[in-house]
Amino acid sequence: MSSPIDFRTHPDRYRHWRLKIEPPLAFLTLEVDEQAGLQPGYQLKQNSYDLGVDFELYDATQRLRFEHPQVHAVVLRSDRERIFCAGANIGMLGASSHQLKVNFCKFTNETRLAIEDACRHSGQRYLCAVRGTAAGGGYELALACDRILLADDGSSAVSLPEVPLLGVLPGTGGLTRLLDKRRVRRDRVDLLCTLEEGIKGRRAVEWNLVDELLPRSSFDEDAAARALELAAGSDRPADAGGVVWPQIAPELESDSLAYSTLRIDFDRELGAARLTVLGPTEPPAGRASEALARDDVFWPLILARELDDALLHLRLNETRIGQLVIQSRGNFEAVAAFDALLHRERRHWLVREVLLFWKRVLKRLDLTARSVFTLIEPGSCFAGFLFELALAADRSYMFEGEAEDGGPAPQVALGELNFGAFPTPNGLSRIETRFLGRKEEIEQLRSLAGSPLEAEEADAAGLVTEILDDLDWEDEVRIALEERASFSPDALTALEANLRFPGPETMESRIFGRLSAWQNWIFQRPNAVGEEGALRPRFDRERI
Amino acid sequence: MTTLDSTVDYDVLIPNNVALASDARVRRGLERWHPGYIDWWMDMGPDGFQTSDVYLRTAVRVESKGADKWAVFDYVKMPDYRWGILLAPEDPDRKIPFGRHRGEPAWQEVPGEYRAMLRRLIVIQGDTEPASVEQQRFLGKTAPSLYDMRNLFQVNVEEGRHLWAMVYLLQKYFGRDGREEAGELLRRRSGSEDAPRMLGAFNEETPDWLSFFLFTFFTDRDGRMQLESLAQSGFDPLSRTCRFMLTEEAFHMFVGETGVTRIVQRTCEAMTAAGMDDPTDVEAVRALGVIDLPTIQKKVNLHYSLTLDLFGSELSTNSANFFNAGLKGRFREHRLEDDHRLHEATYGIPEPSNGGWSVALHPALNALNARLRDDFTDDCNLGVGRWNKTIRESGVDFEITLPHVAFHRQIGVYRDLHATPEGDLVSEDDWNRRRHEWLPDDADRAFIESLMKPEFRPGHYASWIAEPRIRINHKPGDFEWVKLAEA
Repeated sequence: MSSPIDFRTHPDRYRHWRLKIEPPLAFLTLEVDEQAGLQPGYQLKQNSYDLGVDFELYDATQRLRFEHPQVHAVVLRSDRERIFCAGANIGMLGASSHQLKVNFCKFTNETRLAIEDACRHSGQRYLCAVRGTAAGGGYELALACDRILLADDGSSAVSLPEVPLLGVLPGTGGLTRLLDKRRVRRDRVDLLCTLEEGIKGRRAVEWNLVDELLPRSSFDEDAAARALELAAGSDRPADAGGVVWPQIAPELESDSLAYSTLRIDFDRELGAARLTVLGPTEPPAGRASEALARDDVFWPLILARELDDALLHLRLNETRIGQLVIQSRGNFEAVAAFDALLHRERRHWLVREVLLFWKRVLKRLDLTARSVFTLIEPGSCFAGFLFELALAADRSYMFEGEAEDGGPAPQVALGELNFGAFPTPNGLSRIETRFLGRKEEIEQLRSLAGSPLEAEEADAAGLVTEILDDLDWEDEVRIALEERASFSPDALTALEANLRFPGPETMESRIFGRLSAWQNWIFQRPNAVGEEGALRPRFDRERI
Repeated sequence: MTTLDSTVDYDVLIPNNVALASDARVRRGLERWHPGYIDWWMDMGPDGFQTSDVYLRTAVRVESKGADKWAVFDYVKMPDYRWGILLAPEDPDRKIPFGRHRGEPAWQEVPGEYRAMLRRLIVIQGDTEPASVEQQRFLGKTAPSLYDMRNLFQVNVEEGRHLWAMVYLLQKYFGRDGREEAGELLRRRSGSEDAPRMLGAFNEETPDWLSFFLFTFFTDRDGRMQLESLAQSGFDPLSRTCRFMLTEEAFHMFVGETGVTRIVQRTCEAMTAAGMDDPTDVEAVRALGVIDLPTIQKKVNLHYSLTLDLFGSELSTNSANFFNAGLKGRFREHRLEDDHRLHEATYGIPEPSNGGWSVALHPALNALNARLRDDFTDDCNLGVGRWNKTIRESGVDFEITLPHVAFHRQIGVYRDLHATPEGDLVSEDDWNRRRHEWLPDDADRAFIESLMKPEFRPGHYASWIAEPRIRINHKPGDFEWVKLAEA
């Protein structure tokens, strides 16, 4: 087995990006170190990227939101004269397993969506200053930004050359963002996608592929000026302190992974990971915004960070673990109190960031190709925002009645946050997704917000899949997990992805749906795999 | 009039041998492009001499037939020069000489699947042609003789014609995109902050005549190597265009090589006359009003290394794709004896190992840029050998050498190394500290600039350059190569 992929980083260790903070602006400059690919065997020429480059971008976007409230607009740019970014590295794609390609594209898009989330909800706008060529994934990255500026020098261009050059798709959001976000006409997108060298200058503006052309001689100054215009509309504070973003360092053993608010135990024979959320023992003291400003141990934020970290680790380094069994242990009332606090202070910029982050972590769970079962047992604490982990699961099982040791029967509770703060990629809350189109039931559920529910009530309200008493619990749960483990992993991935996002499509759901359906399909076809393959144009001429 | 022939139709706005008269679409496109080109020439062409009569060569057919030479010589005002579209004669049986389509009939139209690649090749080549005119536009004012001035202008008008050649291909074969690219070729400017030329060396200054001769020797020779490989192309119109361009390009090499020879000769003559035998006594040699040989060596180091960067990265999938597709071959592909497909072949590239250098084998397809660069170096060494012969014959003890391929590189596998001209790897600090030993510094440049005084009297030459042994078209020594217009 290859060594685990290390996705944790820090600006001091960046190899590929340079982060410069100049409030109200920040500059993220791409300067890829050719020799510092994540895996051996390829060079990151022409500012092309691999997962390692994207880990740094993700780290930077997170820090910009939490550590730098005074940053109201971010300029993405490149230090190379002739090339902004050549997109995903072809050598890397050619050498990667299917699994790694799929997870790479997924993660890359999650980061791009996080950039869009920052633009829309955090008052932190992104602007992409393209000097040189932005090709493929390089242009897709630009498309994730609010504004795209292009140097008007007769050679800087934007392009999506995947089809003519490689026989794959600009499928990591490129096509969808052009159509749904920038509203470019579909026949023009068709033209763009067959022009290897892309489109530059006036036509790029006419087609809305970029927003504005800037002269090369004053490019950096003009881009900064445009960024200041964007920054002017921000509702982020100008002088607040941020959250310190300490390194997450779980204790990794062969069969467990221990964080401070989360513990993972692996059952490798079953192919399952048991994720136990370790809830607080005490309710929060004082205001959330003050706790966040004071130190870095605000429990919901730590949990979000650690669960995010755990999901990336599971996706990248535990590919044979097919089931995630989510449990929790802690003080139910304390979690409910945290939930109420978050809701009460939701408009504070930092609390808002915590809620937005929790939303993104839940989406990451939604998009993780693993069966997710949530077990609600005695001693658990699934209240409010934490109950989203049960709503996100493919199935949830709740223990009915008192525990064998006489402990109180487990409870769950909804809070106001469950009704809109954490939409899934389809734009609906998990409650709306679960009760699709049933407004009255949702209204009734809303009236239950804040009330602890025991198993029978939760079952009656439709909030859990099954309730089991102490006679049946152990066997039924064991059998459910063993049965799941016996099914085709591919069929399960497809089944789960089909069922998790009912209802309306959004740009986001379309991006991931099409990434799965089309890009991942092409990645299996003759020109992308095998000895002749590695993204060389050798095609199976049969249309399917 | 409409037949393809080796004679050129001069009775039209755009002289040509491609039956432009019967190709209304392309003719219209070129006629529309023409005013922009003339504007560009007036703005960016030789400054101050546009109304002078220059004794220029103009191509009248694409190959000499007996007494009918391919070109005629006469006085021309440069803006009236007959730029035109000239392709080498067509060989109806020509086959694609290399790559995956080897042996198939050469393409007379652009194959759809290679349209983008071909256009890119042509645009990059086309972008270099006007660039050197822009770089050299002020040199006329400091010409060391009317003879050299005339040669400069000859090179300039022919670079202009080479732009026409590429623009014709773009307009004829690449539709609207081709027309747009043709426009962009006039928009980009050498050294411009807003719209620079595409390749680095074409944005550097050519501030003095030594630079000009070295540019024509090295950088135009890169152009020649590129044209030689494009002349092999399976896309026949490109091949024919480049073959004819090579006819003209040979003169540019001649200007560069003989220019440096005459400078070296003059330096050695002056040293001998003064009884000096230490070529490294820079101050003493400079006091004679000639350019010392160590400074010439530094300029060689500079121009050679800048030019090597033009070959692109030693290992390149682009060049492999160009070759595989049959678009760009190797230097003199038709004389090479192998399978012309290169799927199994390897090619050695020097790489550092244990403090020295060893040769690492790479797939030959990926190493085509390195191979062309090596062919270039061999070709350069022939000229350098002739400079050294001149030095040797004068009795001065000095040898001009080409620096190591890893010296002063910005592009390719040696980019991050710090190599001396001998190929020793040193630290970045050491390299920067010793840089002035190897590359011209401000004092060197100031000295050369101090020599750049115009010499416009017929038959006279500046102090630092010898009279040519062979003159163009066998004209007498006091021939008035340029009739300067009254100010």
